[in-house]
Amino acid sequence: MTGTPGQRHAPLLEVDDLAVVFHGARGDVEAVSEVSFSVRPGEHVALVGESGSGKSVTSLAVMGLLPARSTTVRGSIRYDGDELLGLGDKERRDLRGAEMAMIFQDPMTSLNPVVPIGVQIGEVLQRHKGLSRAEAREVSVDLLTRVGIADGKRRLKEYPHQLSGGMRQRVLIAIALACEPRLLIADEPTTALDVTIQAQILELLRELVSGTGTALVMITHDLGVVAGLCDEVHVMYSGRVVESAPRRSLFGEPRHPYTGGLLGSIPRLDAARGEPLTPIPGSPNDALPWTHSCAFAPRCGNRVDECTTQTPLLKGVGRETQPGYERALRCFNPIDVREAS
Amino acid sequence: MSTLAPTVPSGAREPAPLDTGTAGESLLRGAWRRLRRSPLAIAGAAIVLVFVVVALAAPLLAPYEPASTQWAGQVTPQSVPGSSADHLLGLDSFGSDMLTQLIYGARQSLIVGVVSTVLGLSVGAALGLAAGGLGGKVDTAVMRLVDILLSIPSLLLAVSVAAVIGQSQLSVMIAIGVAQVPVFARLLRGSMMSQSKSDYVLAADALGIRRRRIVMGHVLPNSMGPTIVQATLALATAIIEVAALSFLGLGDGDPAVAEWGRMLVAAQERFGNDPRLAIYPGVCIAVTALGFTLFGEALREALDPRQRR
Repeated sequence: MTGTPGQRHAPLLEVDDLAVVFHGARGDVEAVSEVSFSVRPGEHVALVGESGSGKSVTSLAVMGLLPARSTTVRGSIRYDGDELLGLGDKERRDLRGAEMAMIFQDPMTSLNPVVPIGVQIGEVLQRHKGLSRAEAREVSVDLLTRVGIADGKRRLKEYPHQLSGGMRQRVLIAIALACEPRLLIADEPTTALDVTIQAQILELLRELVSGTGTALVMITHDLGVVAGLCDEVHVMYSGRVVESAPRRSLFGEPRHPYTGGLLGSIPRLDAARGEPLTPIPGSPNDALPWTHSCAFAPRCGNRVDECTTQTPLLKGVGRETQPGYERALRCFNPIDVREAS
Repeated sequence: MSTLAPTVPSGAREPAPLDTGTAGESLLRGAWRRLRRSPLAIAGAAIVLVFVVVALAAPLLAPYEPASTQWAGQVTPQSVPGSSADHLLGLDSFGSDMLTQLIYGARQSLIVGVVSTVLGLSVGAALGLAAGGLGGKVDTAVMRLVDILLSIPSLLLAVSVAAVIGQSQLSVMIAIGVAQVPVFARLLRGSMMSQSKSDYVLAADALGIRRRRIVMGHVLPNSMGPTIVQATLALATAIIEVAALSFLGLGDGDPAVAEWGRMLVAAQERFGNDPRLAIYPGVCIAVTALGFTLFGEALREALDPRQRR
């Protein structure tokens, strides 16, 4: 890693033993549990996992966007040292948009179709920075320029349907960064875009957050996105973190069989032509309950007897000799280091 | 995700009023483009336009003074004079000029229709906005009230209103307006509820936008389409109901005011000899209601979000 500027700072966001329970008509569902991670200023952290792994729920819990009536959030979420859980709606709302912002997956639906984009950019500036409408308009033009949209003055009057998907995502990034939040959560920001646009948007995000001290939490299922952008990776499966590691060691030596499976299913340029990808067998629906087994056991090639009878715990498996290679692992029978490399 | 929770926004220092004017513009601009291409919309709009012009310009268009009975002598118990050079559509059973009475009847229908619809729309939309915007207990209370209102037949309501405040044009308008309240309230609340679940509301929530601003600036402009359509259709219903209430003798008591429904009543006893006495006002009611319905339905299609691109 070429200089992680955040390493010296205290964490900006600390999530500790987070659990989210949805109260549904058919009983309670624990969507997320035992999730802990922290993000320092300037650090880029990835939450990786398939649909249903709990990564989006984790980010919504951090933002305080889960419906209070039907969910219970336990554990601790500290922002800049202050506990967020237990804060009222008003306090959370004052933080959102100003201190922490979020970029959503689908730029087609995340903008209001009947409101000109200028109003949508301007309202967050008016809300948190107390700007007048005219001042907000001026800042909005600058913001659009920064996200690569020329002719901002004219664009401000346009409606979302007049913009392409990539442009809309640029607008959403402009809105999220309008008040210079210290924490940015990007929830699959490129998933809904064309492949050609994905790289542009990622590059834009990197430009905008690097060097500014913005802490970035990238939610994705795409390890390719992680490789180019993130320092620290937390792999989630069925609501829990199964492996946490710095990016380099995770990619170089995946230890959890699920991480290994994710990496194995990425097409590689250096692989022999015609060599088939190695998919992970089964689907997340096959998960076992964590209460007395490993949820990944049914799909796991390294399964041993304990996997279906005991709950694996998240344990540190650091290599003392090489700081920065510490990792945490939730597995009874991890991939052997030599075997992986 | 975030339905509108029962938090009442403090909104102490809302920085700027919302831009609903511009917001509606895109909605309406797109709708306008589609409306112009729809033959039904043009037909409906033409009828509505003719009706409104006739109603507004009644004194200029009508050949005679309204409710003038100066030709009453020509009316016999057996027959009413038909069309002639002086009276294009003949006389009515009171000896007034039929065309004049029809023209002034349009004016009456427009006044009662518009006032009662505006009344029903404003009260209903306010209730729907409160229920959909505040949610929780307010929502429950408002919707139960609306349910009660909905369970009373509008005719019974009209009779009761007329009994309480007396038989007058005002009581007709109140009765018709109150009967529309539940429709508007439910419609607006329903579309606001479904809009509240959309991604852009979650996105606005994620930016810390105040709840009041989200409701008024984001949810409401997206929810108005069906309500606008309903208002157009309600005008058609109102015009029919005015006639119905008059027909039942619950309308305006003043016989000097030309009213299509009352013209039908008067025509009743002479229907065998002079069916035209009933046909003229009947056709007027039907065509006007048809015009508003056609226009309303075309508007519904034009405002359909599935067609909005």
